[in-house]
Amino acid sequence: MTFLNYLLSGISLGSIYAIIALGYTMVYGIAKMLNFAHGDVIMVGSYICFFAVSRFGLPPVVGVLAAMAVCTVLGILVERLAYKPLRAAPSLAVLITAIGVSYFLQNGAQLLWTPNPKVFPSIVGNGRLALFGGQLTVSHVTLVTIASCVVIMIALTLFTGHTKMGKAMRACSEDKGAAQLMGINVNSTISVTFAIGSGLAAVAGVLLCSAYPNLVPTTGSMPGIKAFTAAVFGGIGSIPGAMLGGILLGVIEIFAKAYISTQLSDAVVFAVLIFVLLVKPAGLLGKKISEKV
Amino acid sequence: MKKKITLTKYTRSSFLTYGLVIAAYVILQSMVLTGSITSSLKGMLVPICAYAVMAVSLNLTVGVLGELSLGHAGFMSVGAFTGVIAAIALEGIVPMGWLRLVIAMAVGAVFAAVAGFLIGIPVLRLKGDYLAIVTLAFGEIIKSVLNNLYVGVDGDGLHFSLLSDRTGLAAGGRMIVNGPMGITGITKLSTFTAGFVLLMLTLFIVFNLVNSRTGRAIKSIRDNRIAAESVGINVTKYRLTAFVTSAAMAGAAGPLFAMNYSNIIANKFDFNTSILVLVFVVLGGLGNMLGSIIAATALTILPEALRQFADYRMLIYAIVLILVMLITNNPTLAAWTQSARDKLRRAVGRKKPARTPAEGGDGHE
Repeated sequence: MTFLNYLLSGISLGSIYAIIALGYTMVYGIAKMLNFAHGDVIMVGSYICFFAVSRFGLPPVVGVLAAMAVCTVLGILVERLAYKPLRAAPSLAVLITAIGVSYFLQNGAQLLWTPNPKVFPSIVGNGRLALFGGQLTVSHVTLVTIASCVVIMIALTLFTGHTKMGKAMRACSEDKGAAQLMGINVNSTISVTFAIGSGLAAVAGVLLCSAYPNLVPTTGSMPGIKAFTAAVFGGIGSIPGAMLGGILLGVIEIFAKAYISTQLSDAVVFAVLIFVLLVKPAGLLGKKISEKV
Repeated sequence: MKKKITLTKYTRSSFLTYGLVIAAYVILQSMVLTGSITSSLKGMLVPICAYAVMAVSLNLTVGVLGELSLGHAGFMSVGAFTGVIAAIALEGIVPMGWLRLVIAMAVGAVFAAVAGFLIGIPVLRLKGDYLAIVTLAFGEIIKSVLNNLYVGVDGDGLHFSLLSDRTGLAAGGRMIVNGPMGITGITKLSTFTAGFVLLMLTLFIVFNLVNSRTGRAIKSIRDNRIAAESVGINVTKYRLTAFVTSAAMAGAAGPLFAMNYSNIIANKFDFNTSILVLVFVVLGGLGNMLGSIIAATALTILPEALRQFADYRMLIYAIVLILVMLITNNPTLAAWTQSARDKLRRAVGRKKPARTPAEGGDGHE
């Protein structure tokens, strides 16, 4: 039963990584940039939800919606102000700008909300569900996390597969020039992608802080790096890949903590990533693109 | 008749770099000797040298080889830990401080080169962003391992253990690396002169490597891997050469940086440090070593110079970073500076055709 417990908490952590990784992978797919500020959008979302719920006493659902709204606007603003002027610039310049945005958000949060850790109130309470006559207990947070991940996964698959905007996004990520010739507004498509990614980051932030209720301005950076790893693990640019990569990464991390060593769990996670990339250089579900000469 | 010495453009620019570094050293050193330097700037001289060496060495990977590395601080920490362990272990045998520092830097360089070689073999099979994430992963692995490493020294030599302290030192033994607490009680051996010498040596190695047959092979791989391969260049060999050289120089910078403080922890060399060095490289211009040194110096001093803004300084730092990237990559501005430069050149009277702006970030002047 302990195995099942570990597996469930692994899937739960992995679901959070997967939701964050979706933001990375969608932005990468369409804008071909590594958005290092994504992790800090998570942090902003958590703070907004924290203030909405514990300072203004709003119901948790409103808190989550407020966080999503703020992060969506933030995502669009950052894209317009910092990334859009660099669309023709070398990718390294965009990367450094993203790092600048990340510093900006972290230090802005530090000024606005002080570096003192805040205890995040769980949005779904601290209840636990006992299964198999109490042998297996699952916290409500875990269940809500996994359920939200499944819902988001289905919704995104439907969105990218069946709506006009979703098809435009796929077209842009395949060939921006050709998409523009077909009458797709590339700029607004990229904005929508950032908006969706940032909105998802807010959800991930709330879920992350419900499970690990310690909120500081750097809360988002390590999950951000892990989720970035998850996105590459699954094949960056691929939406099912981000899901699979995120969940596998979470499970590996929890198992490594439980069965190998708590201190070395990060090392184990990254070692597995390296091994997978050596066997499958484009990630688990990534497309192998052969170079034209 | 006098023999006319002609210098290639490359030699001229490398001599300019050497000259400026020497001039900066002479000025700063004389300021230190006459005491006309603020204590905060004086304390930053060694870190500036260490960061400059890091930036120049990373520029070899990113600018010359053309591969993004996000784990450069990992090599620095390998160098710092092995070098400082060597320096402490040799305390009784080698009494001269400067010699121990040199040994520490050499040991650090060798171990980092070995790490670079071992990491390079798998890493260099990958391309682009996948390569970047694997270097990031290696940096994190190195950090985790060093955070759980225990090393002690006693009469029998060095003792190692992982995860918990099982070194079992004899009486009179000394704990060197104490897990997450890192190395404490380091004798501060690093000096500005040592940093300057290391920086000059790094520049010498990089300039000679880049301007050699090997360097041209490396650059040809950066520009077009398939074409380079088709004319018979051994891609793996040359990529590995650049990667290992870069790692070794970062390894030498490690002890220089660590031995400027009395204690050092593995978390000092995390992902953020790697990113910081990458920022120096990109801001200074890819492949432009002088730019790397200037950017490393300016960005190390900037947070201190912004001290008067107190809490806002890191926020301002972030804004400066974003604005610099936006301005240097602004096409209108680039066209304007180009035409201004042409006008200046015409006014001076040199009838050289205007240089076409190089593709792919040939340095932002």
